[in-house]
Amino acid sequence: MSATATAPPRTVAAPARRDGVRARRRRLLVWIATHALAIALALMFVAPVVFIALTALMTDQQALTSDLWPRSWNWENFAVVFEKSMLLRWTANTLMYAVLGTVFTVVSSVPVAYALARFRFPGRRLAFLLVITAMMLPPQVIAVPIYLVWARLGLTDSLWPLILPLLFGDAFSIFLLRQFLVTIPRDYTDAARVDGCSDLKTLVRVILPMARPAVAAVALFQFFYCWNDYYGPLLYAGVEQDHLTLSLGLATFKAFHSVQWNLTMAATLLVTAPVIIVFFFAQRVFIEGVTLTGVKG
Amino acid sequence: MASLADVWRRREGLRALVWLSPWLAGVAIFFIYPLLSTVYFSFHRYDMYTLEFAGLDNYRYLFQDPRVLTSAKNTLWLVVVLVPATVLFSLALAQLVVRLKAGAGLFRTIFYLPSLVPMAAGTITFVFLMNPSTGPWNQFLALFGIQGPDWFGDPAWSKPSLTLLSLWSCGQLVVIFLAALLDVPRHLYEAAAIDGAGPWRQFRSVTLPTLAPVLMFALVTNVIYALQYFTQAMIASRVASGSTDSPGSSFSPGYPDESLLTLPQWLFQVGFRDYSMGYACVLALLLFATSMIFTLILLRQFRRAEEAS
Repeated sequence: MSATATAPPRTVAAPARRDGVRARRRRLLVWIATHALAIALALMFVAPVVFIALTALMTDQQALTSDLWPRSWNWENFAVVFEKSMLLRWTANTLMYAVLGTVFTVVSSVPVAYALARFRFPGRRLAFLLVITAMMLPPQVIAVPIYLVWARLGLTDSLWPLILPLLFGDAFSIFLLRQFLVTIPRDYTDAARVDGCSDLKTLVRVILPMARPAVAAVALFQFFYCWNDYYGPLLYAGVEQDHLTLSLGLATFKAFHSVQWNLTMAATLLVTAPVIIVFFFAQRVFIEGVTLTGVKG
Repeated sequence: MASLADVWRRREGLRALVWLSPWLAGVAIFFIYPLLSTVYFSFHRYDMYTLEFAGLDNYRYLFQDPRVLTSAKNTLWLVVVLVPATVLFSLALAQLVVRLKAGAGLFRTIFYLPSLVPMAAGTITFVFLMNPSTGPWNQFLALFGIQGPDWFGDPAWSKPSLTLLSLWSCGQLVVIFLAALLDVPRHLYEAAAIDGAGPWRQFRSVTLPTLAPVLMFALVTNVIYALQYFTQAMIASRVASGSTDSPGSSFSPGYPDESLLTLPQWLFQVGFRDYSMGYACVLALLLFATSMIFTLILLRQFRRAEEAS
């Protein structure tokens, strides 16, 4: 479009063009406003992490003042955290809980979700109702009797009371997988059936390859749930320092080193960093998993 | 035995039962048995060593325990303020991200990441940021001439402080809403625009109705999570008061002034710190009843959504 020297003919096109300019200007203003708002909000979302990082690098005296910028950069604070706490031990404990918990959950929940999504049988609705109820049940409701059982077995003061039950399937994972599996057209499994596949073969050869994103999401969610879990470990492993998980350890760390905000913040960063790193490698799985929980639910 | 193989092939119910049996065993061991035991223990005095029949004493005590009322009030606050605030803020944020043309991916990542920060780490961070005298948050407010309160140390502000924490970590809900917003058919907006509908009118007549099931789902699940509210409150109390929590310590749950005492917190204290297992079971049943009511509401919602799709 080039500007012409001659006046435009008096038609409806002229006001339309003027409207077009106005609309374009308005769109530009809206563009600027939305992006400015987004930038402001993004800064507020990032700010806590920046302040943590800055504080983590201060000396302990400075961390108690209202200074926001470190006067000297004390990178050794991170080393001090490792010295003063059992961070490596806590990481090992957390890793054991998260890895075993994830493996157990996937292995035990996939068959249940498969049966709930694919088989027609009386009581199917009831079984699904049971899954949802178990998913919504606050863990505190049944904590006392279960705790007493593990105490009698002598397994308190360890993470086993949290890991072993996952061998029997996890309600949230079953729910998520079932929601995904019902969307796979029946034709695929019917074709397998005609070809003489057993149920197990159908699951392994047909369903699982198609359900890979859902299984990945479930695994990742379970891993992070265990990694970040606070209530469970507090109940069973919350006494001795060398039994703690990262979440627990972090919360007690502050209490033991109550004036040393710099070390507490350094520890916080060290606990958070792996989560963020994993996110950047598995972004798609996270996002797909979250959408799966909300929208298809 | 051809007939047995025949039965196996034809009886889907039988095969389903075999597939489900490990899980059903789990349900019996980790759900039905403990639930029945909870009812049984609730009629007893039990400190892990001596078990003594107590009749309805534990239930009667429920009505004399001032902490039950306190925790009910705190939970109500969370349900009425924290949950709607978080859901509405997430929806607004999703709306904003949907409109972004430049850097949408970057903004989405920035808004999502805090929700991955371990809750323990996030809570400790906020207690630090909102430290009344030295924390950056009050210094920021001072730039505008606002004298910030004693956030986590003031019973009137401790729950609002946790609400800010939950707004910061609302990324998962944002992603859910974002997906739902992208599912709204474009042509509906065009039709509405031709009919002369402004942005607000478009939101009310097009976006909201399409979003209603997801919105409802988010509200109810978040209410159920509010009933379970534990970790953030526990850690905030513990860190802000500077005390340790170990069995037998004189840690007062819900610091400051029981303003963060939720029912799960009180249950934990009663059962696993004071070892009044019987009374803890009464509290557990109260929590169970409340959660079931909301789960049923959720289920109805869920069925409606499934019928719609």
